[in-house]
Amino acid sequence: MCRLALKSADEPFSPYEVLTAMEAMQEGYDGSGLGLLLRGIEFEDFKLHPRHVILSGIAHTERALNRMADYMTDSGYDFRYQHDFERRKGIIDERSRGRFKYVVRVYRVPERWKSLTKKEQEAELLATRLALRKDGEDHGGDLTVFSLWNDVITIKEVGWPLQVGNGLSLDDNRIRARVVMAQGRQNTNYGINLYACHPFFIQGISTMTNGENTAFIPVKEYLEGREVPGYLGYHSDSEVFAHILHYVTKVLGLPLEVYKHVITPLKTEELDRHPQGEFLKGLRTACRRLIIDGPNAVIGTLPDETCLLVMDQKKLRPATVGGRPGAWAIASEMCGVDALVPDRDPSLDFQPMREHTVIIPPERKELTIWSQFDPFSLAQAA
Amino acid sequence: MVSVRSIFTSPSSLTYHDLPWVIKHREDRCTLCGRCTSVCPVGAIYLTYRRQRVPKLDVLKKKRGNEYRHFVGIRQQTDIAKRCIGCGMCSMVCPNEAIGPEPNQNENRSHFIHNQKGEAYKRGGRRNSTGATILDRISFDRISMLTDPALDAGRHEFNYNTILGRVLSPEDYLKKKATGEWIPPTREVFPFIIGSMSFGALSPNMWLGLLQGVAYCNEVLGIPVVMATGEGGCPPWVLKSPFLKYIILQIASGYFGWDEIIRAIPEMQCDPAAIEIKYGQGAKPGDGGLLMWFKVSKLIARLRGVPEGVDLPSPPVHQTLYSIEESVMKMIQTMSMAFGFRVPVYPKISGSTSAKAVLNNLVRNPYASGLMIDGIDGGTGAAYDVSMQATGHPVASNLRECYLDLVAQGKQNEIPLFAAGGVGKNGNVTQNGMALIMLGASGVHVGKYIMQSAAGCLGNELGRCNVCNTGICPKGITSQNEKLYRRLDPDDVAQRVADTFMGIRTEMKKIMAPLGRSQSLPIGMSDALGIDDAAAAERLKINYIC
Ligand code: SF4
Ligand code: SF4
Repeated sequence: MCRLALKSADEPFSPYEVLTAMEAMQEGYDGSGLGLLLRGIEFEDFKLHPRHVILSGIAHTERALNRMADYMTDSGYDFRYQHDFERRKGIIDERSRGRFKYVVRVYRVPERWKSLTKKEQEAELLATRLALRKDGEDHGGDLTVFSLWNDVITIKEVGWPLQVGNGLSLDDNRIRARVVMAQGRQNTNYGINLYACHPFFIQGISTMTNGENTAFIPVKEYLEGREVPGYLGYHSDSEVFAHILHYVTKVLGLPLEVYKHVITPLKTEELDRHPQGEFLKGLRTACRRLIIDGPNAVIGTLPDETCLLVMDQKKLRPATVGGRPGAWAIASEMCGVDALVPDRDPSLDFQPMREHTVIIPPERKELTIWSQFDPFSLAQAA
Repeated sequence: MVSVRSIFTSPSSLTYHDLPWVIKHREDRCTLCGRCTSVCPVGAIYLTYRRQRVPKLDVLKKKRGNEYRHFVGIRQQTDIAKRCIGCGMCSMVCPNEAIGPEPNQNENRSHFIHNQKGEAYKRGGRRNSTGATILDRISFDRISMLTDPALDAGRHEFNYNTILGRVLSPEDYLKKKATGEWIPPTREVFPFIIGSMSFGALSPNMWLGLLQGVAYCNEVLGIPVVMATGEGGCPPWVLKSPFLKYIILQIASGYFGWDEIIRAIPEMQCDPAAIEIKYGQGAKPGDGGLLMWFKVSKLIARLRGVPEGVDLPSPPVHQTLYSIEESVMKMIQTMSMAFGFRVPVYPKISGSTSAKAVLNNLVRNPYASGLMIDGIDGGTGAAYDVSMQATGHPVASNLRECYLDLVAQGKQNEIPLFAAGGVGKNGNVTQNGMALIMLGASGVHVGKYIMQSAAGCLGNELGRCNVCNTGICPKGITSQNEKLYRRLDPDDVAQRVADTFMGIRTEMKKIMAPLGRSQSLPIGMSDALGIDDAAAAERLKINYIC
């Protein structure tokens, strides 16, 4: 089973903290891979500016790295900073996997973007990421690109999480973040592939999951038909969770509460009693092709550092959220929360049930818990 | 001794050994009660006196002679019109198990003379081809219980219903909701639908039994089963009853029964489940409906607005309209309007390589609520044998192609596809239906299986019975003759309908649980399907397993 850990804190912290928490949850977990997504970045030796974006990925060869750099320059991005991981030899098997460079590069966005709206800029960032990804695929997979966004760093590697952290010296405190998502274990259902490793990222939205989405194929086929750039890949059955979140909030422009109503809608008898039942029944019909299935706990983060946790409709997977004002953690195991925020009152920990969406708002003062049975405000649609 | 030359034989002469069914009669058990001869729907057997010569040799008197024994026995008619149809009613009524039909293992020469008086062979039933169908051979092979907490078919809650009606894209739904525009009607129904069988084809008792069963499924068992009427209208008491919501009214090229329906609209307590416009039928593509004169009873004549006792053929196409596109468009719109745009209206076509063209037409028509594709194995009350046997397209690949076509357009399930034609042909109704659903159908229509399961229809794919067209149905299922249909107790039929759907529901869960599916019907979950035939796997785009 996958192990998931997320920490969100006012004070930036080292991602290594989360890796040690994953150790606490090591029982029953095969350590076959690690995915890390960091938000609210602070570099030790570089200060990010609002017009900066960070590109994360892996250049498997020098040629790929050069192509990538050229592409960025040609597209008008201005290279500002590169984080060089202190790679401790012999910890990660790099040679056989062709890990020439773990890329974390900061660029200033092109000058001409000044006239673009925020939405247009986001579309440009997505287009650049997809172009680089395609370039890698066209060259035998020598370039893997995970994210390109204002303050997001993504690291993915095969291996035991702590070992990967050690191999990249993540303990050196040179990168710190306010939000860290970590997932251990490679996707096991559809072959090993770096793109198949959680967390998944699209336009600032990211999710990771422990579980299995048994409705994967029909959902994937439906997303692929949406003609939304970036709805591709799907090396993992969990990637669709990120894309549905993107679709619901960005494409359809619906409030976050609706995500849960889309992936695990209530039954007709329940909707009959719901104050927005009529709207939700129609939505359920229109979005029925996005209904997920199987046991899942979905943990997500949004560009404004909001974090969320939702469960599958039967709550077949564990997940706990706990913390104190200023520091919160979500983990698939309770011991993970203990390790991430030890100085909290554990009696206030919350384990969401099938109807809940747990939100850690960006202010990190207190948790918000929404129930699917509650009404929500729906300005534009209801 | 009769001289051999004087024996009468014509080109159409048959012996009982030339017939598809040979009656085995055990003289030693027969009590001569005569029940078999009176129940036989075709008059295939008769009681007759026979004489047997017993040679006699009196050794002492050195005299040779004969004695004659007389006996009464059952004999089989060899006239083609009276050939035994293998229904087995004679065995059913025989108190001593003295009689019964056996399939002729040899050739069946009656095939050659089925066209007496120039009439090509007509019958009811469905394609007489035996053996496992493609659907029977599909297995559900992506078992997620191995990696995840198992679902328990008995304990967990499963959402197995489907949507009948046009489904909007999420974008369109939100837009229309915001502006208050019309949103196409949809129904949440059980994905196994009782396929269209007309009130003329079925006996009143059968129809009543089905409707009672359907109502019980909905109101007591919570299984939202709906049934389709077929052409020929619906009894007025049903039209004005709250049960109408469980009924899909069919309109076909003869428009029979629609006067009555339209007149009843102002008095309807609820809307029908949907309107099905029949353009084609899997059992007899390109052929209209046919209700033969002996089934046009007083009641049927009234419902259909015709005189009693006349043949009622429906034209092969909807005559009043020029092209199929125009026809589909106008009829769908007209029917939608008649019911205030509150009722889904969808066409039914026969499986065909041209199905995709119809589908694409529907995709562009905002009022089209679905497409029903009826494959070559579909059943019928009356058709030419050649149509049933050889005309049409199997449903599996036809449905799959249409679904993948919608996937390519990003419109899967917007026009929900319903499939029919041989679902449950060999008894595997849930397996067949779920295979079609995972190939992309939103639901399936089941006709023949329901007749077999709920009313004990005797027909099979070896030509057994299949006389539904002639009004002599020995079980009283497809007859308008009161003497016959009173054999069928509507309450028993209703009970069997409920049994059947409870069974299907359990089996659905048994299929869904190991696949890890419980939140929604696994429409298009093709990754869970496998077949032991590489070519079929390739064509259906599912796993090849062996
Ligand atoms: S099997 Fe049916 S048709 Fe044949 S003799 Fe018996 S009752 Fe008559
Ligand atoms: S039992 Fe009745 S319905 Fe069934 S095949 Fe015979 S005639 Fe047709």
